[in-house]
Amino acid sequence: MTAYSDVTIWLIIVGLGIGTFVLRFSFLGLIGDRPIPAWVLRHLRYTAVAVMPGLIAPLILFPAATDGAADPVRLSASVATVALGLWSKNVLVAIFGGAATLFAAQYLIG
Amino acid sequence: MDTSTFWQGFRAGAPFVVVIVPFGMVFGVVGTEAGLSLAQVLGFTFMVIAGAAQFTAVQLMTEEAPTFIVLLTSLAVNLRMAMYSASLAPYLGRAPFWKRAAMSYAMVDQSYAVSVLKYETTPAMTTAQRSAYFFGSAAPLVIPWYLATWAGAALGTAIPPGIPIDFAVPITFLALITPMLRTRAHWAAAAVSVALALVLRGLPYNLGLLVAALCAMATGAALEKRAANRATTRGQS
Repeated sequence: MTAYSDVTIWLIIVGLGIGTFVLRFSFLGLIGDRPIPAWVLRHLRYTAVAVMPGLIAPLILFPAATDGAADPVRLSASVATVALGLWSKNVLVAIFGGAATLFAAQYLIG
Repeated sequence: MDTSTFWQGFRAGAPFVVVIVPFGMVFGVVGTEAGLSLAQVLGFTFMVIAGAAQFTAVQLMTEEAPTFIVLLTSLAVNLRMAMYSASLAPYLGRAPFWKRAAMSYAMVDQSYAVSVLKYETTPAMTTAQRSAYFFGSAAPLVIPWYLATWAGAALGTAIPPGIPIDFAVPITFLALITPMLRTRAHWAAAAVSVALALVLRGLPYNLGLLVAALCAMATGAALEKRAANRATTRGQS
């Protein structure tokens, strides 16, 4: 994080805080109870699944901790997390199961 | 404030403490390990109160992405809040301005979900009761979020080397995304996001992720529309 000065870091924090508030306040605060176009809602529904997978895919396939080499420890933890998430539909089960797999794999093959 | 409705909301939100606390602690640890000061970690938690966006920002900062890319991409993660805001507006749009502002500050995935469910199943509620319920459901989420982040940040420096803490963000995100993959449109959006993010990895300023996210959103919306059209045609024939 050496690329950022303290001022820049605070700029990011405050900017993200204000921007997030504006998003939360947008319809509730400014539009009130007027209807919202269906196509807008249709796009908004997919934002989380559109951003988060793309963010982590490179981290899983090319982790910086191994200088970008594919790593069986991290891959097996990822597979376990997804499998547990699909099976249990429970975020916590997936997180803890994935972390347990990560530590177990690190101990066995890492 | 309608006290009994507030406590009703509180009881509905309280079980999610078991999700919020570990998530907040992981953010505290990851933020501290990434080089943020305690004040900066808590600054994120107080001002943003949105775990996924906070993790996204910290991850892009460790990749040394330009400031505007950090902001744009993290805000894109939070676009779903605008959707929550839109779906709450018919129920809470008549509340006083300051209450709507306060509810917006405290709007998180879980408090939104339990509140909207309550409003749908109990149409007789007054606007004041709906506000009380919303604040009740948010209180057991927002306050533990602050405390857990602080605890994680305090703990962060005590984590011994050799523990693959770099992988906390991918695991947390995978766990959050997987239950969201409810329809074929969600799967397709996620697949486009992964494929394009990998292909466009070389674009300057981490722009690849933004482009991938926009294409993925359009894919999800287009498939949803097609599925809806097909359902209508079938209904008519």
